[in-house]
Amino acid sequence: MTSQEQRLKAQKIQDQIFRGSTRFFAFLVLVLLLGIIGSLIWGAMPALKAFGFGFLFSGDWNPVTEQFGGLNSITGTLLSSFIALLIGVPVSFGIAIFLTELSPVWLRRPLGMAIELLAGVPSIIYGMWGLFIFAPWFADNIQPKLTSWTEGIPLLGSLFQGPPMGIGMFSAGLILSIMVIPFIASVMRDVFEVVPPMLKESAYGLGCTTWEVVWNVVLPYTKNGVIGGVMLGLGRALGETMAVTFVIGNAQRSIESLFDPATSIAATLANEFTEATGELHTGALIELGLLLFVITFIVLSLSKLLLLRLQRNEGANA
Amino acid sequence: MTFARNLLVIIGTTAGLTVAHANAADITGAGATFPYPLYAKWAEQYKGKTGNGLNYQSIGSGGGIKQIQAKTVDFGASDKPLTAEELNKGGLTQFPTVMGGVVPVINVEGVKAGALKLTPTLLADIFLGKIKKWNDPALAKANPGVKLPDQAITVVHRADGSGTTWIFTNYLSKVSGDWKSKVGNEASVQWPTGVGGKGNEGVAQYVQRIKGGIGYVEYAYAKQNKMAHTQLQNKAGSFVNPDDASFKAAAASADWAATPGFAVVLTDQDGKDSWPITGATFILMHKKQDKPAQATESLKFFDWAYKEGDKVALDMDYVPMPANVKDTIRASWKQITDSANSPVWK
Repeated sequence: MTSQEQRLKAQKIQDQIFRGSTRFFAFLVLVLLLGIIGSLIWGAMPALKAFGFGFLFSGDWNPVTEQFGGLNSITGTLLSSFIALLIGVPVSFGIAIFLTELSPVWLRRPLGMAIELLAGVPSIIYGMWGLFIFAPWFADNIQPKLTSWTEGIPLLGSLFQGPPMGIGMFSAGLILSIMVIPFIASVMRDVFEVVPPMLKESAYGLGCTTWEVVWNVVLPYTKNGVIGGVMLGLGRALGETMAVTFVIGNAQRSIESLFDPATSIAATLANEFTEATGELHTGALIELGLLLFVITFIVLSLSKLLLLRLQRNEGANA
Repeated sequence: MTFARNLLVIIGTTAGLTVAHANAADITGAGATFPYPLYAKWAEQYKGKTGNGLNYQSIGSGGGIKQIQAKTVDFGASDKPLTAEELNKGGLTQFPTVMGGVVPVINVEGVKAGALKLTPTLLADIFLGKIKKWNDPALAKANPGVKLPDQAITVVHRADGSGTTWIFTNYLSKVSGDWKSKVGNEASVQWPTGVGGKGNEGVAQYVQRIKGGIGYVEYAYAKQNKMAHTQLQNKAGSFVNPDDASFKAAAASADWAATPGFAVVLTDQDGKDSWPITGATFILMHKKQDKPAQATESLKFFDWAYKEGDKVALDMDYVPMPANVKDTIRASWKQITDSANSPVWK
């Protein structure tokens, strides 16, 4: 063998090792995922057997009689995340548009950095800030006003009733929205930046206003990225634990008003895991974890489906 | 990502539960959060005197019970005493270390600490959500001369499972048939009304924040945060304020020696000075020791704590055990043996 052949052979082996190890790492993720699902199902078995599908539709959560149902936690998780997106998405959109289209150039970097820094703040800080500073202020200044403004308006009025405590579903949603804004805004800004200047300038050249450019050129070009960013935010909101636990009020009851104390899956887990002694109680908590996993999976699948649909429509229009 | 976060909670908790053994001379314990500040202080002083350390993880009473059953620690700690049956099943022995009181705290404008008097029925009805306003006729009748506002009552309870809740609901179950049948006695219960705060500090914070709030915390928290506590009517019918003396009075009438595993629950005790919501915190150890040397070290620590630790305990608003009870506890340590059935404590 010539030295060149030897080198080739060595390189081939090297290549194989490299390929093998990358494959191993990739499959490791799958194994981990399956392992986690397996252990969750295993751990939830006592509760799955005892309550079956009724677990999803029962609002009972009584450790004394060992009757458990996840309804309040599930609706709490979904509702708080929904409020977070309802507030967070428009604000993030505004931030991203300002940063890419309207802001003076010298301001872009510091503002962008500030948003990224916000994304890096640990969630417990948001929780403590929410409990010690935001909730008291909210209870004294905003809640009574919201209640009096909406009083008498059908639907809306009943959403903002109850004593002003500063703690409850609405506060949790608000804190969550502050937490997801940096995520959504930075993704939106990044994707808005990749829109080819030629497209935008052509539109401006045709006499479009900034809004028209954003709505008709930038958004259609970047919708995948925008949806991805929103999903990233939703993912954070669904699973957020500490910040929500601090401000949601931790009450296992169905809520009538957004100001009522409620609970979420992650908050219930954080509160009760350490002291759950009975097999059923632990099982019910793990089942809640499993449900959160399922919810996340459904949300991710829906967003993928949405993207696929959008892409297909694109083809039809072309 | 969500799942990862969620999983972290579980992993975090389990990691907290799986307490590794430190080096041989160090003793390990895990469990109740209520006595944690005291155990930490004791451990610090004990290490200064003997050089032996204690690694105590305050993971909650439930966790402490699980850990001692799994034998990952030298002792477990729980605010809720195990019954004789549970102890026998797990081959465990149990003894109390210190006592403390649980105190209702309120935030009602114009009502000072100790000014409001509550009977057991009133307390139970407030936490059941039956009494909804501070100027309810029943409250006004028990408190002539106290100006009570026309304000909604917001109940604040513990959101996390807790020994404090166990003691509090144990008391309510004893004094109110309604509470017993509708809610019951556990470390966490299905609360009929109110908001949940995480930990004593969470409840304290909520009560201080919410106008018209009422909650329950460990006495030390109420005292340190200068919160307005209430008076309670005890079994003998007299109204008492919570303090060291009324906790001691509650403990005095208890018959420790006659109760298997010292599983005395100090709520609703006789005696005209007794604070009705008093409880002890307990240590759990295996009777049959795989590691007799570690057991001996643990018992040495508690022996030292009984001898030298009372002052620290009192400074931190815990109530030490009476001297005669300590002797009975030491005698009970004879049950803890090595594999050859000889006691590890001499």
